[in-house]
Order: sequence, then C-alpha cells, then structure tokens
Amino acid sequence: MADTALTARQRSPLADAAHRLAAATRSSRGAIRLAELPFLAQVNVRLDAKGPAADAVGLALGLQLPLEPNTVVHAGDVTAVWLGPDEWLVVGRRGTERDLESRIRSAAADEPVSVTDVSAQRTTLLVAGPRARDLLAHGCALDLHPRAFGPGRCAQTTLARTQVVLVARDEPRAGFWVLVRSSFAGYLADWLLDAAVEYR
Amino acid sequence: MLLIPCPWCGPRDEAEFHYGGQAHVPYPEDPAALSDAEWARYLFFRDNPKGPFAERWSHAAGCRRWFNAVRDTATNEVLAVYRMGESRPETVEPRPVTSQPASAVSARPGVGPLGVFEDEAHQAEGGPGAEGAEPLQGGTGGGGGAEPFRTPTGGRIDRDAPLAFTFDGIAYRGRRGDTLASALLANGVIQAATSIRFGRPRGIFSAGVEEPNAVVQIEEPFPEPMLPATTVELYDGLVASSLPGQGRLATEPDPARYDAVHAHCDLLVVGAGPAGLAAAAAAAHTGARVILADDQPEPGGSLLGTGEHLDWVLATRARLEAAPEVRVLRRTTVFGHYDDNHLLAVEHRTNHLGADAPANVSRERVWRIRARRVVLATGAHERSLAFGDNDRPGVMLASSARTYLHRYAVLPGRHAVVFTTNDSAYAAALDLAAAGVDIAAIVDTRPEPGEWAERARSAGIEVLAGHAVTGTEGGARLTAVTVAPYGESAGEGQSTGQREFAVDLLLVSGGWNPVAHLFSQSGGKLRHDDVLGTFVPDSGRQAVEVAGSANGAFGLAAVLAQGAAAGARAVEAEGYTAGTPALPAVAAQPYTPPTQVFTIPTGTGAPRFVDLQRDVTVDDLARATGAGLRSVEHTKRYTTAGTGGDQGRTAGVLASGVVAELLGVDISALGLPTFRPPYTPVSFAALAGRDRGALSDPVRTTALHEWHVGHGALFENVGQWKRPWYYPQDGEDMETAVLRECRAAREGVAFMDASTLGKIDVQGPDAALFLDLLYTNMMSTLKVGMIRYGVMCRLDGMVFDDGTVIRLARDRFLVTTTTGNAAAVLDWMEEWLQTEWPELQVHCTSVTEQWATVALVGPRSRAVLGSIAPQLAVSNEDFPFMAWRDTTVAGLDARVCRISFSGELAYEINVSPWDALALWEALYEAGSPYGITPYGTETMHVLRAEKGYPIVGQDTDGTVTPQDLGMGWAVSKKKPDFIGKRSYGRPDTVRPDRKHLVGLLPEDPAVFLPEGTHLVADGELPAPPVPMLGHVTSSYRSAALGRTFALALIKGGRDRIGDRLFAPVGDRLVPVTVASPVLYDPEGARRDG
Repeated sequence: MADTALTARQRSPLADAAHRLAAATRSSRGAIRLAELPFLAQVNVRLDAKGPAADAVGLALGLQLPLEPNTVVHAGDVTAVWLGPDEWLVVGRRGTERDLESRIRSAAADEPVSVTDVSAQRTTLLVAGPRARDLLAHGCALDLHPRAFGPGRCAQTTLARTQVVLVARDEPRAGFWVLVRSSFAGYLADWLLDAAVEYR
Repeated sequence: MLLIPCPWCGPRDEAEFHYGGQAHVPYPEDPAALSDAEWARYLFFRDNPKGPFAERWSHAAGCRRWFNAVRDTATNEVLAVYRMGESRPETVEPRPVTSQPASAVSARPGVGPLGVFEDEAHQAEGGPGAEGAEPLQGGTGGGGGAEPFRTPTGGRIDRDAPLAFTFDGIAYRGRRGDTLASALLANGVIQAATSIRFGRPRGIFSAGVEEPNAVVQIEEPFPEPMLPATTVELYDGLVASSLPGQGRLATEPDPARYDAVHAHCDLLVVGAGPAGLAAAAAAAHTGARVILADDQPEPGGSLLGTGEHLDWVLATRARLEAAPEVRVLRRTTVFGHYDDNHLLAVEHRTNHLGADAPANVSRERVWRIRARRVVLATGAHERSLAFGDNDRPGVMLASSARTYLHRYAVLPGRHAVVFTTNDSAYAAALDLAAAGVDIAAIVDTRPEPGEWAERARSAGIEVLAGHAVTGTEGGARLTAVTVAPYGESAGEGQSTGQREFAVDLLLVSGGWNPVAHLFSQSGGKLRHDDVLGTFVPDSGRQAVEVAGSANGAFGLAAVLAQGAAAGARAVEAEGYTAGTPALPAVAAQPYTPPTQVFTIPTGTGAPRFVDLQRDVTVDDLARATGAGLRSVEHTKRYTTAGTGGDQGRTAGVLASGVVAELLGVDISALGLPTFRPPYTPVSFAALAGRDRGALSDPVRTTALHEWHVGHGALFENVGQWKRPWYYPQDGEDMETAVLRECRAAREGVAFMDASTLGKIDVQGPDAALFLDLLYTNMMSTLKVGMIRYGVMCRLDGMVFDDGTVIRLARDRFLVTTTTGNAAAVLDWMEEWLQTEWPELQVHCTSVTEQWATVALVGPRSRAVLGSIAPQLAVSNEDFPFMAWRDTTVAGLDARVCRISFSGELAYEINVSPWDALALWEALYEAGSPYGITPYGTETMHVLRAEKGYPIVGQDTDGTVTPQDLGMGWAVSKKKPDFIGKRSYGRPDTVRPDRKHLVGLLPEDPAVFLPEGTHLVADGELPAPPVPMLGHVTSSYRSAALGRTFALALIKGGRDRIGDRLFAPVGDRLVPVTVASPVLYDPEGARRDG
C-alpha cells in the first residue's frame, strides 16, 4: 500500500547510528565491518515439520526448510532460519513480507500453519571483517570457531545483555547477521561500537 | 556456569535457561473435583530430594522449548535431558570420580623441590657476585639511581631500559623486567609495609603472588590499593607507597576500559612453568585448540627463578607461538574454576605500560573460558615456619631469594642464614653463595640432612643439622638470628648450644604447598601426603588433571614428564593424536625426606606469626582452640588467619599445622579451609567490564524515542524501557506539567507513545479455546473486529497480568500485556502449550516491536483522527467502543482500536515502527488547532487512577484476586475451567476481610498521601502492635477533581466506603474517607465523546 514517497520517510531502528557504525568500520582499517541491514522482510512460520505443509511451504519458497537445529538454508534472496523444531524465520528482500506470507499461506492450504509478519520486530546488523568473531566473542558465550559455527549455522543466544539470532553467512568473509529486537538495537549498536574501539 | 544440554540446541550456558520446577506434576484433569486440601497440595507442595530430581527447564534465550532434565541436587550435575512427552530415563549415572595420577615423590622419591638445578653450569647463570656493594644500613635503602644490590650481569631484566619510580616519596631507578619488589630490593629497600594490627615493620617476603607483606598502594598513574609489590611490573613514572595493612579506594572514577571475552578450547593449561609448558607442547600442533594461561609476563614459571633450562623454555615458547589453534595468554591469572570446566581468568593487558597504556585498549580483560579438558600446572608455594619474631624485614622465602638472584639480578641481602626443613633451600643457599652472598649457616631441622648438606659443606658453608632458628633481632631490617638445637638434639636447657649470627637476611623453607586452589574450586578433593607433608590433589568429577608440583611432584624430571603426559592424555581424550614434545635432560638429584615442622618453641615469648598479612600468631590460634574451636574453618573465622588478600597462600597449611599441634591431632584429620574463588583479588571494574555506565543494563527505546528526547521529556524506567514520564515546559515542575497534561487529555486532546505494551500474536484453530483457558473471562465469544479487556491469573487465582484481546480472525488474536510483563506472559503461554496442552493447535509469537502504538485521548481526539483518516468512519455508531479497524492514517497503513485507559474518548493507533515518526508528526500537526499535548506515564497513571483502573504490579502484588480489585465481572462463571478458577473456591480467597481496592479522599484536599502509607482505624494510635487495615498503592493530585486522591488496598474495603480512617504520615494521623475507586465520571459518560 505504502507508496514510494511514504517509504522514503520510513526510519529503521538504527538510522541514527548509521554514521557511527560507518565510522567504526572506517577506523578499523578493514578489521571490522558494521552496518545495519534495515527493512529486511521477516516472516515467522510455525508448522509441523513432519506434516505435508513443510514440503509444500518449502516448494513455494524454493528451498527446504532446515530441519537440523541451528542451521539456515538459502535460495536466492530468501533465507530460512531454524528457530525451533516447528518454527522458522524466513528472511527476504525489503518489501517482500506480504508476498512471502501469502506464498506460505497458500502453499499450506488447509494444513494448520501460523504465519506472522515480524519484519519490524527485529532489525539486522551485519558484523563482518577478519575480527568479526573476536568482536562478537566479547559478548557471546557460544563457540564461534569455524569448526563449531561455520557457514550455514545459526543460533538464538545472548549477545552482550540482549537476545539475538546469530547467523553465520555463506562464506566466512561474509561475516554474521545479528538479528536483534528493535527496541534493543540502540543498546546493542552502542555496545558493539564500544567493543570495536579496540580495533581502531 | 553450568552447561545445560538443550535437547534441540545442544549444550548452552545455564544463563540461557529458565527453571520450571518439578517435572511430571500434571495439571489435574478436573480441578473442581479436588478437595481444598488436594488442590492446595497440587498448588504448593513439591518434592525436594537430595540426589537425582526430574525438573522442567525452558531454553528461554534460545529455541524457547521446554524440556525435562534429571539433575542431581547435591552436585548440580545434569544427568539427563529429554523432550516433553518422553518418559524419564530409567537409570542415569553421574560422572565418574577420577583420581589424579600419583605424585612422583610418593611413588619414587626423587629430588628436591621443583627447579633444582641440573648441574653446576646452570648454577652460574645468575652471574657473578655483587662485589664491592655496601653493607646494609637499614630496611629502606637510600634512593637515587645506584641500584647497589643489582648484580652486574645476569637476570632477565633489560639493563638498557632504566625506569624511574617513586616509593614513599623517594625517587629510585629500576629496569624493565623488574617488579616493584625486585626494583626496591635492588635499591636496598626491603621494608615495604607495616602490619595491620601491631604496626610492625614488614619486608618483602616472597617473589610472587603469595606475598603477604609487601602490599602497597599505587598512587599514579591511577590510584589502586592493596597490590602485592611482587606482582606489580615496574614502569616508568610509577608512584607507590607502603601501607599500614590496608589501602585506600580511589575517590575518582576509573577512566580505564575493562572488558571480557569468551573463549573455547579443547585443552586449557593453567600455568606455564615446566609442567604447563610440557603439557601445552604435547598438545600443540595436534589440531586441538589449546589455551595456555600464565600470570607472568613470560612463560617459564619456576625455571625463570632457578635460571635452568631457559633455552628449552625459549624454544617451547616459540613452538607454541607458531602453532595454529594455540593461544598463549600472558599476564593472565586463572582465578576461578567452576562447573563444567568453566574457568575465569583476568588478563592484565596494559597495567605494565603505566601512562603509556593506549586509551582504546582495555586495561584488564576477563576471560570466560569453556574448556573440554583442563590441565592445572599451577606449581607450589613455599611455606614459612612459626618461630619467634619471624616477621622482620629480611626474613624471606628461600626460593624467592633465588628468584630475585636469577630472574631479577638482585641480591636480597649480603649476609644470610638459611633455615630449612627440606632439601630445596640448599640450592638457594649455593646459588646465593656463588653470587657473593655470605651464607653464615644453613640451619636444618633434620638431624641427618644427607647429600645436599655435604654439597653445602664442600662449598664452605656451615650446616647446622638438627637445629632451628628460635628468634631474630632487628628493627627496620633484620640484624641477627638466634639458632639453637632442635628436636632430639635440643637437650635439656634451651640455651645449650645456642648461637647468634649477625645477618641481614634469613631465608626460610618450611616445605611446599601445591597450589591446589583451582582444583579444589572445581570440586576436587585433597588428601594429606605424609611423605611430602602437605595436601595434594586427590579425586574429582570434572575433566581436570593436575600436573607437576601442583600435584605433589617435586623433581624437575617428574614435573616435566607429568606435564607432557597430562597434555597428551587430554588431547587424545578429545580425539587428537598427541605428539612427543622435546623435554630437557634433567640429571637425577639426591633426596632426603623433609621433616614436617610448623612451630619452633620460643623461650622469650616473642610472637610467632602464622599469617603475616592478618597479624595472626600461634598464641592467637591457641586462644581459638582454648575457646573450644576444633575446626580450621572456625579458627580461621575466629582469628582471621587466611582471610587476607593473599588468602593464606603461605599461611594456610601452616595454620592448619599449628592448630593440629595445639589440638594434638594429625593434620591429615584436620584438613584445610575451603578454597573459594577468586584465587587472587580481582577488581570490580574488571568484573563489570563493559557493563557499566550507559551499558550497565540494556536500555529499550521505542521508534519515537528521539522525538521525546528532542521535546524535553523526562523518562521513567519501566522494566528496561525508557518511557516518557512527563514533558515539562519552561519552568514547570512535575506537578504543574502533569496537571497541564491531564487537563489537555480531559478537556482537549493529548497523545502518548504506548509502543512499549507487550503484544503477542496468537494463531491457530484452537486459539480461542486456549485464550479461554488462559484468561479469567470468556474470549471465544469475542467477535472478529472487536476487542475485550482480559485478566490473567496464576494457578493460585492471583492477578498476574491484564490487557486487551483483539480478535483479528476466527483463529487469530492479538493480545496485549503490560509493559513489564510481556516476556513473562509469552513464557507463561509457551509453558502451558508445550507442557500441559501440546494437543492444542496454537502458536504464540511476540510482535511487541512489530507495532508502534500511539494513544490519542480526549474529547477532541475524534476530530483529530477524522481529519487524517479520511477512509475511517469515526462516528460512535460506525466505530463503537472496543472495536478496531484497519485503515489508513496520515497515508500510513494503520490499525486503530477504540480503547480507553483514561475514561475519555480515545483511540490507539498502531502502525509499523518504521512509520511511527511520520504518524506522530502527522498527529501533532493535525492536533495543533486543538492544542494537542504529548503526555507521559505520570499523566497516564493519574487519568487511569481517577477512573479506578488498577495497574498490575502497582496496585497488585501477587496476593490480589480480580474480585479483590472489584473486577468479579471479569471472572467467568460459565467456563468449566480456566487457570486460577479452582482457587476461587479456596477458603482464603473468599474471606470477608480480604483487602479490596478502594479510593481514598484525604479530608484536607491538599494533603498528599505517600504511596505505601498504612491505614489504621482510630485517630489515636493504640499501643503496638497496631492493627493495620491496608496501605496506599497509588496517590496523585487530580486536575479533574481539584484535589488529591489515592487508591488503597484495605481489609473489607468495599464495606467501609464512606468510613473515616487514618493514615499515619510522619507524626500526624491524616483523616481520610474511604470511597469508590471510580472517582471521576462514574457513569462513563465521557467514553464515547
């Protein structure tokens, strides 16, 4: 519904932090890359992983919903993140949330499935660069070593003092997505910027 | 930090989990059929066994799944986990108890203590003697830059890097590589403190972390109290002063940065001495991830102090630094060993740089290490002996003097007596003699000290076998020691054979204590080794191995071999193939068993100190045992022995030995006091790390936060949220601002940011049925498009939360919760769905931040909304109270709800938070003709209180039922069951004297009752105990009522409406009238505008 003019007025949770994230990226001289990836489409999907809806929804999205805990599956612009044995977060390009939701609903047809648009519930921080793991290790108790948390892994855990969904992107250099509740995003950005001071 | 294995996500820190109480206690099928006693048993009684216990846990910060775990309540070990619906595993075995490998000495008496030199050639590494040095004048040296006690060669200091420092106002010079203690000694300063109780002069006693005496205050660059001078690396510009036993906290905030980092490894090796280096070397290059942590600036441990095998140390260090997956942490003290091999360490990163420390690097870093296996190679500390006046400056541990020579190129004195009960002090005596110290005698309690004594005699040193030091003389520095025959050779009179030596140094060795602190913290048990005369690690449940002298191995060959074997075993247990590290060739050394001696009799009554830091003497311990204390835990608390900053590292075993002697029992039966973290003091700043100041706790903000800040809002903390409290205009105080905001809402139009309300999307074919079970009132009859207020209670019938329920579709609802309870309500829903009603097809998803919510309130709100929502029919007929509409507001997709928390005509407009500012600014603009006024939480509270709407958590406290609140109308009588229903039949919830929520009007309309004020019946206080009728829960000044008013919970309150009660405020009894809680517009005429 929203036209372009209105979309232009939209403000992401970390709009005010953008220049500080960019400055930290610059001053790290390549060690760290921090940026908000705002407005990504995010749809929460709940269905029986063993039921027919799982395959139907997978087909509609062009990917197999990951069944192994704490893994992600990509296909094109769409990423399915495992959140629980019957729960996924489907992430797509900006503005595709309604399309994703309707594709999932129509694929599931009469099978019980819950689909909730949560695009604004969390925002996404990109944490990349050769020191990305070191930076996250300041506040994340998980083992982020590539052996333990390589490409395709994800986890819901705690970073600093807030809950996040952590996604290791396709190749190690691509870094991590940190999905954080929008109300906590300012805190987490401040925390990451403080932790990044060492890499100046 | 326990590691709890989530059945889905695998092992995670316990902090990610919520505890859910005893498992397998199902909700009764028909609560109504239970007697009150049966229902009370279900509600309030749970098992509390010692041992395996099945309980529920939720992976709250992870996948949000509930599961069951069998935990041993005695050991905290999680024995098994299983998913909901699975049955409890039949048998679960605890982790096996494993024993430490037997120490080398017990099995094969080998050589003297750790670090006995290999051959004569190594002995020379300390360098030649300090010829021509002046004799000592006193304990405080002379200042200047001469370093008269520095040997001309040798040591690991950088002679080309002179460092200027100041101690007690006198300028000195030291070298890079010095500690403050070694630099002071190089300048002839040995007295570094006065004692805490008796003010006696105290000198540098050791060369390491065990130091009890030389605890100093760092003055610059930043004040820091109570640091052992033996652990302070010297830097240029250091200013320090001696302390009378206790320091001073800084009065200014610490400007340094502190942080923490999590680390994971297959093997953590604690200590980089010979055993630790060998262990790490065996594990390096195997593919295993290894961390080696050591508190010193360079690896080597005791070898740095003995000057032996430094080429091997260097080569091993290079090999480790080149190894992938090996991290060597220097200046890092592992200070705590917790559950599941979680260890905490503090790294001192920039302290040693002084004023040159870079501002962007943390000064100290806490390492939170999770290790699959741990090798503790923490070494041993030499202990002292309790003889008369054993505390004078110049009394020093023998091995420490050797360290000062070899590592720091410092002679701690010119003329020395060595007093020992074992072989180890001979090496120190020989090395110091070779470096030019005059060793007047070696005094050995053993009647036949064996081969080492022969070596000493060959070097021209007198050995007094079967003798002991009985007393000392001196002031600021030791001047003489008295020696007398000891034990069987003591004869009849004390004076027989007594000799006096004029010396400035007395080196003492009373034996060695394995540093078993971390092992003990890990849950390991110690046992007394009669051969070694000390406590050594025995058995434990964690994957921990102790190696080297920490395990009671006191010969270098055995130490190295144990280290290498432990390292290899650890990585092989993790599936890697261990290498065989190069170890130095160590010659066998002569060995004569030590004698176990703690106290030396004194004829003079001179104090014999056991704990130097706490000034505790043998006589103090005798008073404790004389008072009937029989446990070292009790004597420790009675005398404070072992409670200082050094945690009794030199005094612990000595104190137990003395108490054992006093009680006439064996020390093995007495044991040691418990070791607790931290091993060394850790600053609060380091523990706080980044979590201080603005980052001390997360701050949650709404999408409109910057607007509120820009418009002068003051904020109230609600949970972690920052909510606008009120918006003072120029010169307004809170009272004036709130009265203005209230007036705008009642008379014109006002708006507030209500985005913080919790929101949960409830979807599925059974959603209505689920909500009927959850809420006290009926939700399944709610029509799509309509909204209902609902109350949620706990099983005991007490109000837990309230909010609105919006029916979006036949099988979809949007539930709102109070701001502070959003997470708790979602957890509550998940708990019931996953553990009790898994057959219900319902899913709950938090959408709190998916929506920004603006409350638009007041008689003019309809006009304002109508002007920017052209597609919305806003008349009362088209858009009635408790209805919602999807529409466009200010061109934005919006969901508008007709809800009122003020009694006024009001709307809640929900949009995407991305559009929140656009909506807010559009409302501000559209409302400006009507004087639209932003308001905060204080005004919201006044408006709702005037209407008698309770706030859960303010007007309730977990003991209040909906009926108590006067909301019996919200408790369904039709539903067969819902959570809490059965409890409304309990005698307690139907008592007539339960507290009811009522209004209170002070008779003087200007008198304000503070929240929490009690209420009593009479205008004169009777003698205590005074019967209390209740208390004020909310209290405000009302613009609409033109007076103050309050809400209160009062016994039988609804039956007292119109009564006069009294509220003690200060020393006055304020008369008040009990009223209905609805004080404003009781007819509800204003709701529809």
